[in-house]
Amino acid sequence: MKKVVDQFTVVSTIPYNSTNYCITLKSHSPLEKIEAGQFTNVEIPGNKEVFLRRPFSVFEVDYKSNTLSILVKILGKGSKTLTEIRPGEILSLIYPLGKGFTLPKNNEKIMAVGGGSGVAPVLHLARNSGLPVDNVQVILGARSSGDHIPVDHYNQWANCHYTTDDGSKGIHGVVTNHPLFNNLNEFDRIYACGPLPMMKAVAAQAKKANVTCEVSLENLMACGFGVCLCCIEPTTKGNLCVCTEGPVFNINDLKW
Amino acid sequence: MVNLSVNIKGLALKNPVMTASGCSGFGEELADFYDVSQVGGILLKGITLKNRDGNPYPRMAETPSGMLNAVGLQNKGVDYFINHIYPRIKDYDTSLIVNVNGSTVEEYVEVTEKIAGLDKIAAMELNISCPNVKEGGMAFGVSCPSAEYVTREVRKVYPKTLIVKLSPNVTDVTEIAKAVEGQGADSVSLVNTFLGMGIDAESRKPLLSTITGGLSGPAIKPIALRMVWQVSSAVKIPVIGLGGIMNATDAIEFFLAGASAVQVGTAIFKDPFIPIHIVDGIRDYMKRHNLNDITELIGGLQM
Repeated sequence: MKKVVDQFTVVSTIPYNSTNYCITLKSHSPLEKIEAGQFTNVEIPGNKEVFLRRPFSVFEVDYKSNTLSILVKILGKGSKTLTEIRPGEILSLIYPLGKGFTLPKNNEKIMAVGGGSGVAPVLHLARNSGLPVDNVQVILGARSSGDHIPVDHYNQWANCHYTTDDGSKGIHGVVTNHPLFNNLNEFDRIYACGPLPMMKAVAAQAKKANVTCEVSLENLMACGFGVCLCCIEPTTKGNLCVCTEGPVFNINDLKW
Repeated sequence: MVNLSVNIKGLALKNPVMTASGCSGFGEELADFYDVSQVGGILLKGITLKNRDGNPYPRMAETPSGMLNAVGLQNKGVDYFINHIYPRIKDYDTSLIVNVNGSTVEEYVEVTEKIAGLDKIAAMELNISCPNVKEGGMAFGVSCPSAEYVTREVRKVYPKTLIVKLSPNVTDVTEIAKAVEGQGADSVSLVNTFLGMGIDAESRKPLLSTITGGLSGPAIKPIALRMVWQVSSAVKIPVIGLGGIMNATDAIEFFLAGASAVQVGTAIFKDPFIPIHIVDGIRDYMKRHNLNDITELIGGLQM
């Protein structure tokens, strides 16, 4: 698959709350095709302590305007620097990277579960699943209502459900406390991206119900395209690079 | 038209910019981005006699102007390389160089014997400087007798260009360089990574699963440059310079210090096109300085 290093202009940096931002970027060249679950490795300008790029799942893509967006959660100096970038500045992106989610077949019913900035690839998938709205259930988990990003417009592609640790929006508890988990056999596929404990909890439920499940991992990586061998995940096929063999893995291949 | 080609004791390079071992896979990942015939050579990912899973995760940590790694020579072994990887890459129009590793001298020799007959492998790099494996690796590269021994034994079974990759984790790198030159090495490449360490102050835990790992990137460039200068003054064989090269200016500094060719490593993680940008930048520099041949730059430091 063709991968590129391209210059993008920052169109907007929208803060959703104190730690979550949506950054929209416009490519100087026609956008390459990007699958749900694929990611981009973004160069962080203007901070001498940040040497390497930072990987982000692609959130929304608009081929007409040549724009894509990423969700950035401030976790350290790299992500912090990125959220301080202004519209008009130029960023270098390597993309499209990794293998995306396996798309559902016609008429299948899917559940897509996202937590934290893991909602980005999950919503990307929900929007592009090709399924009728009622076949797509999305569960978004967060600590509190203020941590949920505004995704009301996704109701045209999916039924969105919410959970919060403090009960301030949707179901009180973690994603697996949502009642939809009581009838997992209704689903043909489950997808998840978010904090590791969340994905492991979803995977355990999926395994118990014997439903196909894919998760998207975010191991620490240097290159993002398979040459440094740093982001390995132990799998049934040996140590595999998350950046090229993933980030999406079928849970049956993982040693969880 | 400037001449960028160099010859490292029989290893003909169309230009003096190669990609460093462990930073460019087997070339295929770079070929996803561009035609690899534009680089002077590809140092393939280090191979060993048997399959190695490498070290546990986490294997890397960012540092100011660089990074630590502890990959630990993950590879599927020399037979897998010969049967599955070599056929896919052998027709790349650039010089392919195998990076050979072992935990014993016998293993180094056995791997070398297996790759010696591969037509499209132009040379080998004997790696006696990997800091991330428990046995072998750097242990061979930090004393003159062991460096001499492994070089002598490998030399006996390898007729093509033999490059020995040196560790900077020694008191006097010129002594090791002279030792391997004395045993028939055609060239030395330096430096491999510096042994380093990172700690997460909040959790009080090491950043790498192996606690220590190899430091690379621009952070090490001045030390690498100094070592290349010292070694090129101490030996007669050609020296290949590497360590933190990010752009053409960095590469030219290594030529001036005495390197006949350079390798680009960690920079590729930032941008896989950097080796090509460096080739273009060297060409521009030569035009600007009215130089016709890259060899006019080598060892051209003026004091």
